[in-house]
Amino acid sequence: MSNVTIHAIFDDEEPLMSSAKTLKSNGIRVKDVFSPFPIHGIDPVIGVPRTWIAICAFIYGITGLSLGTLMMWYMMINDWPTDIGGKPSFAYYMNMPAFIPISFECTVLCAAHGMAITYYLRCWLVPGAKAKNPDPRTTDDKFLMVVETKPENKNDIESILKNGGASEIHYK
Amino acid sequence: MNNLNYTFTNKTRNFTFALMAIGVITIIAGFAQPAPDGVNPDDYKHMRIWANLLVNGYFFMGIGLLATFFMALQYAAEVAWSVAVKRVYEAVSCYLPVGATIMFLILLAGQLHLHHLYIWMDPEVYDKTSPKFDELITHKQGYFAPAFFWTRTIAYLVIWTLFQRGFRKRSLEEDLQGGTALHYKNIGKGALFLVFFAFTSSTSAWDWMMSLDVHWFSTMYGWYAFAGMWISAMTTILLTVLFLKRKGYLENVNDSHIHDLGKWMFAVSFLWSYLWFCQFMLIWYTNIPEEIIYFQDRLHNFGYMGLMWTVFFMNFLFPMILLMSRDAKRNYYFLVIVGCIILIGHWLDVYDMVMPATVKGNHHLGWVELGTALGFVGLIIFVVHKSLAKAPLMVQKHPYLDESIHHHY
Repeated sequence: MSNVTIHAIFDDEEPLMSSAKTLKSNGIRVKDVFSPFPIHGIDPVIGVPRTWIAICAFIYGITGLSLGTLMMWYMMINDWPTDIGGKPSFAYYMNMPAFIPISFECTVLCAAHGMAITYYLRCWLVPGAKAKNPDPRTTDDKFLMVVETKPENKNDIESILKNGGASEIHYK
Repeated sequence: MNNLNYTFTNKTRNFTFALMAIGVITIIAGFAQPAPDGVNPDDYKHMRIWANLLVNGYFFMGIGLLATFFMALQYAAEVAWSVAVKRVYEAVSCYLPVGATIMFLILLAGQLHLHHLYIWMDPEVYDKTSPKFDELITHKQGYFAPAFFWTRTIAYLVIWTLFQRGFRKRSLEEDLQGGTALHYKNIGKGALFLVFFAFTSSTSAWDWMMSLDVHWFSTMYGWYAFAGMWISAMTTILLTVLFLKRKGYLENVNDSHIHDLGKWMFAVSFLWSYLWFCQFMLIWYTNIPEEIIYFQDRLHNFGYMGLMWTVFFMNFLFPMILLMSRDAKRNYYFLVIVGCIILIGHWLDVYDMVMPATVKGNHHLGWVELGTALGFVGLIIFVVHKSLAKAPLMVQKHPYLDESIHHHY
């Protein structure tokens, strides 16, 4: 038999949090939570893994630094050797202090844009994408928890949610 | 709550006494040293040991001073998370009166012509008939006139110390009486200190450090010196917290507090690097003789190039790479290693501010430097731990205490 999906609506984040903890201690996984604002400390409870965005940012930053260095070396040293600050050394490392601000800017540019684009793609927030929100009230003052389960566990979960303070329970 | 009162064990106490004894012996032995070859002993006047005393006097006073600044910042911004480590930065700030006294004595010795670190303290440089006459310094004579210089110096030291004593006193009172009256008073006093310190942190650095290179000036210098002292203070606070954690104290300080202190260490390292580099790059780029002399002395003239780049990389690259990840800021061993690198790096940075201007080519990183520094390390550990033992390690009735205990993210 196919799984049932339970949508439980809460009026506050605290009952949602405690219900999620109770479900977790009973070995039931919460599939997702929709909330008007970020709920502090919910990630480990509903099993959201730690984000990789920091590692991505580091890689994008290194890429930006390399591209910036390549650009400056080509423009200022290789293609058109430039006398920087009255010091005609024409070597990249000798003119390094002048290149530091641009290296920094290129690093930040690539890291910031890379992170933003990665985030949009990963969440599929592209032009024309359909909203995944099952209930528009969660953008206002309601909190929604999605639980996917086998039909035989349905009643247990419903009682946990009801006792935990869910104001509405819907089956999809 | 267990372990609320820190016991300054005899073992730790004897350790600090041993370090201080090393310091005292080194300083005495340093004064017995003859002048280096080719230097007139009458001009030299034990310059090496005096310069060392200035390096350590300034560096360690800076730790106490910037702990006071951090304390004022926490009050003025009404910070909640740091309440759990409040007693620690308070204890570190208790070194300020001691450090200020030492700084005062070093400057006084200069005024009494016991040393020649500050050439502008010699009245002969203003005398046209003297062979030591220096026209450029006469332009600054008004600023360096003894009456004005000493008014400033005493005002900084006394007012800083009064603020520090006041914060400490009110903090201990708050433990007994509770309420919010003292809390609001602290916010006002903290803001007042920040305004006073915003100005005097720069001017004190000009008066005591930049004036060693009296012909040279840089508008970045005050901030650069301030950032260097701040990172040293943050590192000292973090290392003290980790020491207490390891001894089983501060059970309410959790990984999130440690992480936040680690972030401070990371961020202020960047502040220092940014200011150091701004000063360097602008002077390097424009290449004006009267400005570039500062870096010429440090890079080419007196053989400090290796030291200068070591300092920059120790204080910039190491903290940046080693503290970048979240896990690193929560790993106690890692933080201790990086903290020690930063403290040594910033001590060397102050060494690099003082030595090229004073002993010039006759610099050594030898037993005199090591011994004097160890003596001061012993002194600051002694003062800080004595203050830690005087009051409960966790404040009792701060309005944000509960919020800080539950600090978590």
